[in-house]
Amino acid sequence: MLQTMARELAPLHQGEPTKTATREAYGNALVELGAERPDVCVLDADLSGSTKTKGFSQAYPERFYNCGVAEANMMGIAAGLASMGKTVFASSFAMFATGKPWEQIRQSIAVPRFDVKIAATHAGLTVGEDGKSHQMLEDITLMRVIPGMRVLVPADAVEARLAIRAAASEPGPFYVRLSRAATPVVFSEDYEFKIGKGTLLREGNDIAIVACGIEVPMALAAAEELAASGIEARVIGMASIKPIDKEILIEAAHECGCVMTAEEHQIRGGLGSAVAEVLATNAPVPMAFCGMDDEFGQSGDAWDLVSHYGLDGPGLAASARKLLDSKLA
Amino acid sequence: MTLTDQQREEILGSANTVRQDVIRMVNAAKCGHPGGPLGMADFMATLFHAHLRLNKENLHAPDRDRFILGNGHTCAGYYSLLSQKGFIPTETLTEFRKFGSVLQGHPHRNAELGIDMSTGSLGNGLSVGVGMALAAKQNEWPTRVYVASSDGESQEGQIWEAATAAAHYNLSNLTVLVDFNNIQIDGVMREIMDVRDLCEKYTAFGWHAVDVDGHDVDAIDAALCAAKDETERPSAIICYTKIGKGVSFMEDKAGWHGVAPNDEQAKAALAELSV
Repeated sequence: MLQTMARELAPLHQGEPTKTATREAYGNALVELGAERPDVCVLDADLSGSTKTKGFSQAYPERFYNCGVAEANMMGIAAGLASMGKTVFASSFAMFATGKPWEQIRQSIAVPRFDVKIAATHAGLTVGEDGKSHQMLEDITLMRVIPGMRVLVPADAVEARLAIRAAASEPGPFYVRLSRAATPVVFSEDYEFKIGKGTLLREGNDIAIVACGIEVPMALAAAEELAASGIEARVIGMASIKPIDKEILIEAAHECGCVMTAEEHQIRGGLGSAVAEVLATNAPVPMAFCGMDDEFGQSGDAWDLVSHYGLDGPGLAASARKLLDSKLA
Repeated sequence: MTLTDQQREEILGSANTVRQDVIRMVNAAKCGHPGGPLGMADFMATLFHAHLRLNKENLHAPDRDRFILGNGHTCAGYYSLLSQKGFIPTETLTEFRKFGSVLQGHPHRNAELGIDMSTGSLGNGLSVGVGMALAAKQNEWPTRVYVASSDGESQEGQIWEAATAAAHYNLSNLTVLVDFNNIQIDGVMREIMDVRDLCEKYTAFGWHAVDVDGHDVDAIDAALCAAKDETERPSAIICYTKIGKGVSFMEDKAGWHGVAPNDEQAKAALAELSV
């Protein structure tokens, strides 16, 4: 007999949704941490205005290093500072913070398990107009595969601040994926973030939608649309992609019978793969994966792109219906 | 400061021990890189015995000196020096590269053994040295950071990113020792991808740079002393060496970059080194 655990819904933001970019929350969290902890240092690679590390650089110039357009070197410097006892945040756009210096992150940060937090902004499709050279859609895969690297993808400004603080207080390497675009605030201020824990955002037993980052509000919108036709979708926010919350996933699979994932990232290797790894070995159920299907992005308005690739509320709802059809077939 | 006769004897004796250990270790492992560490033995022994503030007593002192072996494949010699400093038991040396050994095929950071950084992928070490030197400056520590590198490693673009940053941050507490032996795995460096005049290059990047005979321990000592006198610039000491130095049949031979001597060859090499 399957025992249903008592579930607690995450406290959600009420009223008109305010919009803030997770990178803004990151910048503010750094200034906060700088005041609390003299060991915190911040590095950037000539993008401090965009990544929002500029606030820290102005408040604590003696602990901020602008490494110029040289990301591989920046990751080495981060490792060196960390080896001397510093907690280091290293930032750039996700493309240049993970793609270009992947090997330095592996060799110089992850192998010696240094206390370096790679906080990358401008991840995913929602970079928008800059197009495919800047739309990093492979970073979750690249970081998740590195032994010991924890991967956090906060959904909104509230969760971003908490994720940054959690990463700072836990020794060892982290990757925190942040966005350029202003997105709706999902969580209320009394939300508690825990590394390795997913959050139940909406009850439902027909299908479970597991999302991260900007896809969390999209999944909630899809659930509303599905509810109008009598389909109750459970929505789980999975900011902690590694370590991942196996318990909440297995429970969702048992109770909903099918699971769909949503991310502004390649399907291969990202959140969907992480969820599938858990379910395939613990609770195999029909699954659907929403994300980029083996293609690069393109220039355009951020939200037009999200719609184009089927990652807005209606797009996710349509994918959910297809999955439900195959589940019932 | 110049070396006393006693210091010189000690350094030369240590370099000879390095060479013998390297032959024994690589022979026991049946794989590894003997040529590089034989060539580097003199400048590494000078650094470890006359300059680097790292010993059993200060191992856990946060402001002690740091060392990074950027050309990590030459670690047999590094392990020998750490053994001579008392960090690694002599009998452990022949476990080099074997399953379960702390002496990994390329260095892995180990706080108890005095190994400050994991290396092995060429080009990565100098950037880490920049980070260590920045932390020391920020903390106002007397720490000096030494990085070993090589002519082959200087083909990596990241070295020049790090060189740019070190000069930009005025890291006078950072010194790189470049093993220049004109040999890399595939053959002669000048033919494969000539890095040209590294002293000129580092100078152009804003460093205090000098060329030295990498087997002249007095010249190396003088260059390391001069590096300490710098107040603004990082220092580069380009050490011109002979790969395989000390073993006649290995000297200047690219073939000995990454090939282990068999028992007979090891015996012949040790015989030359014990004279």
